[in-house]
Amino acid sequence: MWNELAGGALIGIAAAVLWLGIGRIGGISGVVANLFLLRQGHRYWSLYFFIGLLSAYPLYVYLVGTPDMQMTDNKVILAAAGILVGMGTYIGNGCTSGHGVCGNGRLSVRSMVATCTFMAFGMLAVLIMNTLTNSFGV
Amino acid sequence: MNHNVMKMITPLLAGILFGLGLLLSGMTNPAKVRGFLDIFGDWQPALMAVMVAAIAIFALAYAASNKMKQPWFHSIFHRPSLTQLDGRLFIGAALFGIGWGMVGLCPGPALLNIMTGQEDILIFILALLVGNRIAHFSVGPAK
Repeated sequence: MWNELAGGALIGIAAAVLWLGIGRIGGISGVVANLFLLRQGHRYWSLYFFIGLLSAYPLYVYLVGTPDMQMTDNKVILAAAGILVGMGTYIGNGCTSGHGVCGNGRLSVRSMVATCTFMAFGMLAVLIMNTLTNSFGV
Repeated sequence: MNHNVMKMITPLLAGILFGLGLLLSGMTNPAKVRGFLDIFGDWQPALMAVMVAAIAIFALAYAASNKMKQPWFHSIFHRPSLTQLDGRLFIGAALFGIGWGMVGLCPGPALLNIMTGQEDILIFILALLVGNRIAHFSVGPAK
């Protein structure tokens, strides 16, 4: 609980620094789209943000230790989910950070609708997948 | 300090803090995220605290920015301009939600997990970039 609160606070501070410092919304799907040539005007800050994000990993390992990470090894599921996340965040203009943190913090109705929608469909996907796994061992 | 230097340092620092926050909270662990989404099963609600804390802090910063003419190191605030609810928002969020629930990764943690050296994560990232392109060329550029 405390780790989750402190981690969330760090995420909020990061988004605040980006907004107050250079006036940019800290949305990761935006950063990804900027970086990989789809929105060229914003590439520089996105690149620095990306470098910072990746540097956090070795820093965390040094300060705290190796974080837990358990993920499916089913390559078909990984590829399908990746395509859905890539399409969905691009079409809907945001993900858990841009809509979930910044948009809701701005009291944007669009972001509140997006957040409720992706949470609901995420829960549905977990329910369906767990049911399939438990019933048929898929 | 020179604004051009701060324009570099600010997003770099924000990226580091963002990454540390994702790692500390456990958002980078797909199993934990899927546990949070598993409300009909063995629900693990702890990740709710991440959203609450992050939103509360950003909301304060955003409210403060309403009284500022411009950001500290830049000429304008790039305020999101879209306000209409449309099918594109709903369909996009729904597709994202399904993909998020399937594996338990959203874009930030996916990028961070590149650093674990696990090859499987690259499949997800590559697919995510392909998904970006498919969306870009089928429904048009992000707004």
